[in-house]
Amino acid sequence: MGLREIENLSGSGVLTTRLDAVLRWGRRNSLWPLPYGTACCAIEFMAVVASPFDLSRFGAEVVRFSPRQSDLLIVSGTIVHKQAVILRRIYAQMAEPKWVIAMGACASAGAFYDNYCTLQGIDHVIPVDIYIPGCPPRPEAVLHAVTELQKRIDAGVPPGSQRTEGSV
Amino acid sequence: MSPPSLDRFRSRLAGTIREEPNPFGDAVFRAEPSDLRDVLRSLRDEHGFDLLLDVTAVDHLELPDSKPRFDVVYILRPSVGSERVRVQCRPPDEDLSLETVSDLWKAANWAEREVYDQYGVRFRNHPNLKRILNHKDFVGHPLRKDYDIKKQQWLSEPDDLMDEMRKLRGGAEGEESESVLLNIGPSHPAMHGALRALVDLEGETVRHTVPEIGYLHRGFEKSAEKGTYTHVIPFTDRLNYCSSVMNNVGYCRTIEKMLGIEPTPRAQTIRVVLLELGRIMDHLVSVAANLVDVGALTNYWYLFNERERIYDVIEALCGARLTHCYVRIGGLAHDLHAGFEEGVEGILRELPKALADVERLVARNRIFLDRVVGVGAITAEEAISHGFTGPCLRACGVPNDLRKDEPYYGYDGYDWNVIVGTRGDTYDRIWVRMEEMRESMRIVAQAMKKMPGGPVDVDDKRVSLPPKTEVYGNIEALMNHFMIIMEGIKPPAGECYGSIEAANGELGFFVVSDGTGKPYKVKVRPPCFYVFSAFPRLTEGGMIQDLIATLGSLNIIAGELDR
Ligand code: SF4
Repeated sequence: MGLREIENLSGSGVLTTRLDAVLRWGRRNSLWPLPYGTACCAIEFMAVVASPFDLSRFGAEVVRFSPRQSDLLIVSGTIVHKQAVILRRIYAQMAEPKWVIAMGACASAGAFYDNYCTLQGIDHVIPVDIYIPGCPPRPEAVLHAVTELQKRIDAGVPPGSQRTEGSV
Repeated sequence: MSPPSLDRFRSRLAGTIREEPNPFGDAVFRAEPSDLRDVLRSLRDEHGFDLLLDVTAVDHLELPDSKPRFDVVYILRPSVGSERVRVQCRPPDEDLSLETVSDLWKAANWAEREVYDQYGVRFRNHPNLKRILNHKDFVGHPLRKDYDIKKQQWLSEPDDLMDEMRKLRGGAEGEESESVLLNIGPSHPAMHGALRALVDLEGETVRHTVPEIGYLHRGFEKSAEKGTYTHVIPFTDRLNYCSSVMNNVGYCRTIEKMLGIEPTPRAQTIRVVLLELGRIMDHLVSVAANLVDVGALTNYWYLFNERERIYDVIEALCGARLTHCYVRIGGLAHDLHAGFEEGVEGILRELPKALADVERLVARNRIFLDRVVGVGAITAEEAISHGFTGPCLRACGVPNDLRKDEPYYGYDGYDWNVIVGTRGDTYDRIWVRMEEMRESMRIVAQAMKKMPGGPVDVDDKRVSLPPKTEVYGNIEALMNHFMIIMEGIKPPAGECYGSIEAANGELGFFVVSDGTGKPYKVKVRPPCFYVFSAFPRLTEGGMIQDLIATLGSLNIIAGELDR
């Protein structure tokens, strides 16, 4: 279901579709991100929300810091062991269906912090749908991740199903 | 009190304390554990060294003089003035403890906790000697040379911080019924993802605050020991990531000091331009986020647009928007690109408009003023005791600024002012930053105008890579290139402290070299670590919503705070 069909509605006033298609359409176009920003990548996430890149063009600008109100966890920044327990808790508090984007090298794999305190990728503690490479990724890359996720939601790919063998 | 003077100290204490020769010209005194407190107190009270910049330790395990094993280092400076002095003291191996100085300087409270956490040196009579960067279940001390860098330890439950809270509340458990505990962060919009505070509320008034940090402790100092001196530069980008280039300069300048290198006039001037652009970028984020925290969202768009404008120029220069990695030991990665000048002109043209817009929105806005004037105030003496530097100290009326106190890179040749506040409150901290951006613009304009020609790298085979034409053309250049890349730059053995005026205050690097191509130790003196240590003092007695407004004005950047 797309915009065109909605526009056509004006004629008849009736539209027939499947319930899950409507739900998917709604979910895709109104992702509410929880920006789990801990480090440098969070500053780039701020740029994604600011006017020049403007995440709201993709319907995902309603940034919520309450896990109960959001369905997209964007982890932007390094997660260290001290933080990992909190991340797990926040993820658990989000209601289904929920998606996770690992923004940047740190969230994806620990980046060059291969040391005693840094978690080597958040997929050791929570499932991840999309990984964004970069240190930090460019704002365009974040937008790309969001649109990519929208495609998956549209296609009915279940959340968390993209995780690689061996993680979590 | 007479002006701070090391010479007077030298003559006064000759005999009881030994001055150690330092290859880099730093003033270093060695104290016996029994005299340590007296020496430090005398420096503070009689000689004007009232600012305790940092406390750290060196593990001598892999150095020739490994007995006693640990050397604890206190770095001091007068709150106005440029002299630095280090007092070093080796606790005995059997006991591994020193008397605390946290009653002399509030700054020592957290600093000593960090030394305990990272090195296992204990401080007797410390009011709260517990881990600060690593988590509560951590076993061992990661910065010891025999701790394996890859040995990770998991945490199953966060610290409930009740041990500290109980101490603060005092009294019998029953008396607490009136108050409510509230946990804020680390995942909370105003806590910037990596800060946490447990507060004890009576109604909406904060009675006690227990902050917790370390949520972004990603092992900068340990990682820095694993590569060459050049490998450390990208790590420094990620300390205060709002103004990466300033960390680059602070680090490289310290290593240059060790090597006895002065960058070329062109490199110095380019560094000044970038430092001031960095300061502007940092203050933009700080002010924008602070205004969002008090509900003034529109300003965020205005200010962030200007940050984007600077990003564009910097990206054209070095390929990265945020993590620049543009400065090198002995110079810069490469010269400026064609179009840099126009880019900077654009910034200088547009930024004043954005600042004026913001000022129009908030300067006389009643709601804004009510939220920030008189909120989170601190006196100059207390701020100094806590180790404040930078905008937060200047907001208290202390004209502390290394660019004036110890002019480097020709800062004394530019026409600009140090901005100070009067009350040390949230309003002053915001306004000092607003005005500093204007001063930085003045410096940038003057520096661009006088930009000298010439090379950007020093002509020194120890640090500068030879031109590629020569590398491919003759064996000496090839060898030279190979040595710098494979073995690294080798500063002479010794300990050195160097610092610059970064966006948050004095950003220092205490570097220990063993003469090889890898740093033996790199310790950052993080300005916002000390600022945040005053958070309980700034918030207790105020309203809960003031806590949020105050925090924003401190500009705590987790990468720098926790390293
Ligand atoms: S990926 Fe790079 S930019 Fe992002 S948080 Fe990690 S170090 Fe910072």
